[in-house]
Amino acid sequence: MPRNAWAAAAVAAAMFAPAMAHAEDLTIAVASEATAMDPHYHNTGNNNQIMAQIYDRLINQGPNQELLPGLAESWGPTDDPTVWEFRLREGVTFHDGSPFTAEDVAYTIARVPNVPNSPSSFAIYTADITEVEIVDDYTVRFHTATPYPLMANSLSTIYIVSADIGEDASTECFNDGACAIGTGPYRQVEYTPGDRIVLEANADYWDGAPIWDTVTIRPISSPAARVAALLAGDVDVIASVPTTDIAQLEDNDDVNLWQGISNRVIYLHIDSDREVSPHVTAIGGSEIENPLRDVRVRRALSMAIDREAIVDDVMEGIAIPAGQLLPAGFFGVSDTIEVPDYDPDGARALLEEAGYGDGFAVTIHGPNDRYINDAAVAQAIAQMWSRIGLETSVETMPRSVYFGRASDLEFSVMLVGWGAGSGEASSPLRSLIVTNDADRGLGGANRGRFSNAEVDALVEEAMQTVDDDARAALLAHATEIAMDQVAIIPTHFQVNTWGTRADLEYEPRTDEYTLATSVTPIE
Amino acid sequence: MTVFVIRRLLQSLLVMAVMSTLVFAGVFAIGNPIDILISPDATQAEYERAVRSLGLDLPLWEQYWRFLQNLADGELGISFVHHEPAIELILQRMPATLELAAVALLLSITVGIPLGLWAGLKPDSLAGRSIMVGSIFGFSLPNFWQGLMLIMIFAVMLDLMPAGGRGETAVFLGIESSIWTLDGLWHLALPAINLALFKTSLVIRLTRASVREVIGLDYVKFARAKGLSERRVVFVHVLKNIMIPVTTVIGLELGVMIAFAVVTETVFAWPGMGKLIIDSIFVLDRPVIVAYLTVIVVMFIIINLVVDILYSIFDPRVRLADVGA
Repeated sequence: MPRNAWAAAAVAAAMFAPAMAHAEDLTIAVASEATAMDPHYHNTGNNNQIMAQIYDRLINQGPNQELLPGLAESWGPTDDPTVWEFRLREGVTFHDGSPFTAEDVAYTIARVPNVPNSPSSFAIYTADITEVEIVDDYTVRFHTATPYPLMANSLSTIYIVSADIGEDASTECFNDGACAIGTGPYRQVEYTPGDRIVLEANADYWDGAPIWDTVTIRPISSPAARVAALLAGDVDVIASVPTTDIAQLEDNDDVNLWQGISNRVIYLHIDSDREVSPHVTAIGGSEIENPLRDVRVRRALSMAIDREAIVDDVMEGIAIPAGQLLPAGFFGVSDTIEVPDYDPDGARALLEEAGYGDGFAVTIHGPNDRYINDAAVAQAIAQMWSRIGLETSVETMPRSVYFGRASDLEFSVMLVGWGAGSGEASSPLRSLIVTNDADRGLGGANRGRFSNAEVDALVEEAMQTVDDDARAALLAHATEIAMDQVAIIPTHFQVNTWGTRADLEYEPRTDEYTLATSVTPIE
Repeated sequence: MTVFVIRRLLQSLLVMAVMSTLVFAGVFAIGNPIDILISPDATQAEYERAVRSLGLDLPLWEQYWRFLQNLADGELGISFVHHEPAIELILQRMPATLELAAVALLLSITVGIPLGLWAGLKPDSLAGRSIMVGSIFGFSLPNFWQGLMLIMIFAVMLDLMPAGGRGETAVFLGIESSIWTLDGLWHLALPAINLALFKTSLVIRLTRASVREVIGLDYVKFARAKGLSERRVVFVHVLKNIMIPVTTVIGLELGVMIAFAVVTETVFAWPGMGKLIIDSIFVLDRPVIVAYLTVIVVMFIIINLVVDILYSIFDPRVRLADVGA
């Protein structure tokens, strides 16, 4: 939609605003429940999508993960690139009526790394901050040891809590509601694990009172049951509509479907490092030198994948073919990378050139309960590789077994997905592509152990570059080299589908969150 | 009888020790829960911190030793995922499962025994045959499919019942349950029927088979010869004698319904223990898995004990003190 059309829509929305003020309740069914109500306990989408409605961040993330002013009205590096200054919004109150000030920011940053037993801490986003300086009630400065261009992205993941909850506010205290004091559009009123979370509108919200009076969020893990609950009118909005039901629901007048691309790329990680890889052998099973180290072989593997067929046949059209780490439009994405063409003849020629004209045997490993149709995607790729003469087998397993083994480098070719929580290209580059270096916290998820000095240098430079345009160019360049060297083989970007009642609209989000604030009535 | 109960309890301690060791080692062998729980962009240092904070860096025997130490203090461990005592998570969800199982059990007895009696007494009648054919469907159709069909018919097409979830709860006789409110019962009906269908069929077939066996025995003929009313023959002489196998099976099935109502709870988004255990297995939340199975073992032991005591009531020939003494 062009810019002035958005403006027209905004005016229209403002005109209808009084009509929308009528009291209404909303029930949302999500696929997985939050593990706790403590906003700093577990960094996972299931929890974050709840927290984003109760708490604000200094910088909020919009539907496409663009950075929007939240509790900070403006921000940016000072003349000293190791110091960032945030101007806070004045006149914001917490759900208990107390005012929001810089103290709450300092308290939050101090609490984040100290949540006991956190299975996935938010400390990775605050670890670079060496000092939080309170200049006055509404100005905060963050100091770092070295320039930290990701400051804004990192702080767009941290939920601000009230300093009044005290030094040792525990996760239990949030679960029973006493400590659950935020500034967000909704207040937490009930948390019954496994059953429901009930939120109530915060009429004093700084960005205007929310549309819904009461929001009930219910976890319904079975996809069929979730669809049935929507059809029966038990719930108004459901997340993760299964691809198999989409065609049928499109014909149903009582239901609307809303689709949006996600920040999650599905890709194959390839062992491009070891001399002998555990699941690559000569046809017949004898040990061979790992052919996946040869970039021509990796290129051939990528060319042999018919991405359109995966999207059309396996994903029922609900996905987008991928040629790089993030879909177009995200920060740091390259404009020049095309989705590789399906070219089995070219692939065979490349294999021949590399000396593998007779093929070899390889096993693709993948999860079977993690991504949309994950096991079927692995099967499809195996068939495509068989066509270029590779003896390909597939082994899938539950994610509880799979990810541990993948991290222990037990596999040669593995199907994985990556969602860029920060909404920009440094996230996949730093975790998947850069040389694995545990001491410096780089390449943590680089399970193929790809390593390229040029890419490393570019990413490292980007991580020191505070200027946005220069950094985006560096990240795009690094991506181009990585894709040229086939560090990983991206296959498709997931598209998420939400279902609503016929009189509701859902604004899809790339972060896959299901938020009450994204639901509006159709007038 | 006291000797019997004490022996039983000692045996069950042994069962629990073996079970906890097996489960502990089994879950340990599957993998590390942090691999699933942690955000993928976490650094290696962050990963190691998370592993350490849950004590997962220790060797298996040391982790087990800690578990035993906690057990001595009456602690069954803290959930890796929810950071709450595992036993509390289970107890939180237990009422929802118990009420579901109780209603399903009630349904299967009140429907199953009369129908089974009828089919047993009049095996060649149209009604008797229909009951038997119906019962075949009851236990041969997959549970999840039955559940989805119930939802499709009663919630989606007829729009009569809610498609899932637990209704309003109220406190009565000191128990908080959804069976005390109309809304609660309304929500309970479909999942309870779903859970009860299989058991009802089982009870019908078992009752019928027992009736067919007993009806030709001398004491029934004798009772009839004495000129007792048919009602007295059936409800006192026949019914009492067929209760032993029926009680055994119902008892065991009650345990199964409580412990593994996973399918029904998943299809109907019922916030019970079954959903907790399946979710915990998916993320390898070992403390919850071990605590859950411990609770279930205790429950089965109690149910078996009650069943044995019921035997002695139904059948005066059974003397509990004799068993194994």
